[in-house]
Amino acid sequence: MSRISRRYLAWAALGLLTGALAITAAGCGGGGSSSKSSESTTTVGPTSIGKGEGALNLIEWPYYSDPKFATKFEQQTGCKIHRKDAGSSNQMVSLMRAGGGGGGGQWDLVSASGDASLRLIRGGDVKPVNINLIPSWNDFLPIFKSPAHNTVDGKHYGVSLQWGPNVLLYNTTKIKPGPTNWGALYDPKYKGQITIPNNPIQIADAAFYLQHSQPDLGIKDPYELNKKQFDATIALLKNQRKLVKLYWVYDTDGRAAFANGDVSLGAIWPVDTLALQAKNVPVKEIIPTVGATGWADTWMLAAKAPHPNCAYKWMKYATTPQVQAQQALIFGETPVNPKACPFMNKIEAGSCAKYHLDEPLKWYNTIKFWKTPVADCGDGNTDCMNYNAWLTAWTQVTG
Amino acid sequence: MTEFAEAGASLRSARLRLSAAFWRRPWLKLGLLLAAPVLVFAVVYLGALASLFVSAFWQIDSFTAAVVHKWTLDNFKTLWDDHTYWRITGRTIGLAAAVTVTDAVLAFPLAYFMARIAPPRWRALLFVAVLLPLWSSYLVRIYAWRTILAKNGALNWVLNGLGLPDAGLAYTNTAMWIVFSYVWLPFMVLPVYAALERIPDSYLEASQDLGAKGSRTLRSVILPLAIPGIVAGSIFTFSLTLGDFITPALVGGAGSSFIGNIVEDKVGEPNIPFAAAFATVPVVVMGIYLLIARRLGAFEAV
Repeated sequence: MSRISRRYLAWAALGLLTGALAITAAGCGGGGSSSKSSESTTTVGPTSIGKGEGALNLIEWPYYSDPKFATKFEQQTGCKIHRKDAGSSNQMVSLMRAGGGGGGGQWDLVSASGDASLRLIRGGDVKPVNINLIPSWNDFLPIFKSPAHNTVDGKHYGVSLQWGPNVLLYNTTKIKPGPTNWGALYDPKYKGQITIPNNPIQIADAAFYLQHSQPDLGIKDPYELNKKQFDATIALLKNQRKLVKLYWVYDTDGRAAFANGDVSLGAIWPVDTLALQAKNVPVKEIIPTVGATGWADTWMLAAKAPHPNCAYKWMKYATTPQVQAQQALIFGETPVNPKACPFMNKIEAGSCAKYHLDEPLKWYNTIKFWKTPVADCGDGNTDCMNYNAWLTAWTQVTG
Repeated sequence: MTEFAEAGASLRSARLRLSAAFWRRPWLKLGLLLAAPVLVFAVVYLGALASLFVSAFWQIDSFTAAVVHKWTLDNFKTLWDDHTYWRITGRTIGLAAAVTVTDAVLAFPLAYFMARIAPPRWRALLFVAVLLPLWSSYLVRIYAWRTILAKNGALNWVLNGLGLPDAGLAYTNTAMWIVFSYVWLPFMVLPVYAALERIPDSYLEASQDLGAKGSRTLRSVILPLAIPGIVAGSIFTFSLTLGDFITPALVGGAGSSFIGNIVEDKVGEPNIPFAAAFATVPVVVMGIYLLIARRLGAFEAV
């Protein structure tokens, strides 16, 4: 190639490049602004459920539309389910935000947990549903009818589904005697044997522990922490880091660490206890008497759901007692509809009690359900640390 | 009939004029030929990088987490002020450097044996052996290492059998170093092999004729000629480690986060602007690395 032609080529390439940059920048400038909450003014959704659209696209925790109960739904309604399994709450939010937000016109429902649901509501990614179209809602335990994590200003952004506690799990051959309270997770005695979730909402677990071990801090709600309470909690977590072997991102990783003998004590979910016990790993889970934090999942309706009728049909179906019982036992969690109790016992004797569905309402007060922290402390004060502060602090603890 | 002939003639003359134009201006033909690939490269590759840089100067609304298109340097200020991010960047670069050095040390003798000593059949076999791990998924290989390094895993089983204590490598930075060095080794072996193979035998003979011993030949002839290959390989091992987030997530423990893990977290929150800002750090580091590599002649020999 001659010298001159090379120079021309370089100019041509530069010209193209500048053009491309300009196009990209312009594209970025215009794209995001369209995701503003356009639907959030709708007070109630439709007044009746129309004919199914033939398809239903779900973002779900694995097994949340298990064929064992979903196939019957598909046959009854003609709504063919396309599912996308998510591994974390963050992944769920990301999927919902992709393609301009609101589910991108692709997704209909997302089975969001309490640490994701308020983010989706605030971001305008989900829209209110007409709860009257979901008859089983009337049977729900009162605390799951309009919980703070899915109901804002009286609007239901979906329907509660299932819940589970965060349990303290330990290896019975390595930890003797077994721990009785959450203090074990902060005890230097167990250095290098501990695993806890890599999730900013985990700060609430430390705050919950401080609420009972240091009453003078005055923590009333582990999700509503003022600066002083927050700093004490983060200091506790920074000390805990020295004891932690693994911050698990996916519960299956935490599970593997227990199975391989790398950890002997940790915070994890009942579904993992069941999976480990099924593989004959000597583990036992406890919920200390003071209680635990817990997650509660909601089927939330995407703001741009392309198949709203099928979505309503699914919310209606998934909350019926029989399906609630099936799903609970497949995943290892607890229904929000207490009428599922006899169906659970029919599938597995004694399972209703095992999963705490028969507990008195008072017991449920000891479970502190995940919710996204906001500046409003709920007691008139507005100096609480918001979720952004939680995120930053969590990176500082684990990074 | 004449109309057709005229049309044919004018078509022919147009073609002639076109080819004459191309002949007079050689850059025009080349430019047209390359326009499509250059455009694809510019839009897809550099466009993605550009959008990354642009969004790094935006912010998110703290209430709705929606992206606010207002220019600000806040993300970079946070990165600069918070020592957490310095710690993570230092860890990422440090491990990438350690992995690169390890791979260079391991790859050189292997590549030398393959290129200059092994008989052809051995050479083919060794090539298969080096490339074989690349046939399986990267994830499978990392999971394999996790089971090897686990407390109940193969490594401790062998150690205990020999009467030695547990290695205790699971979920540590050492585990990451081992796994990274393993998964990127082929990317170092191949360029070093290519560099060594091209050294003419006559150079080595000349060195011997001049009275140099083996070690002197290695130092003064082979190594200098292999350096471009090593540097080219190091670009792979360094950049692949620098941008990884899966190995730290799967075999790293508490305090093993890489830049990539934080970027993934921030994308998930979602805080794309901050993720973009942090993601520019490896780009800058790689830019500096490539400048140094160019000085060392990595782009001339390969």
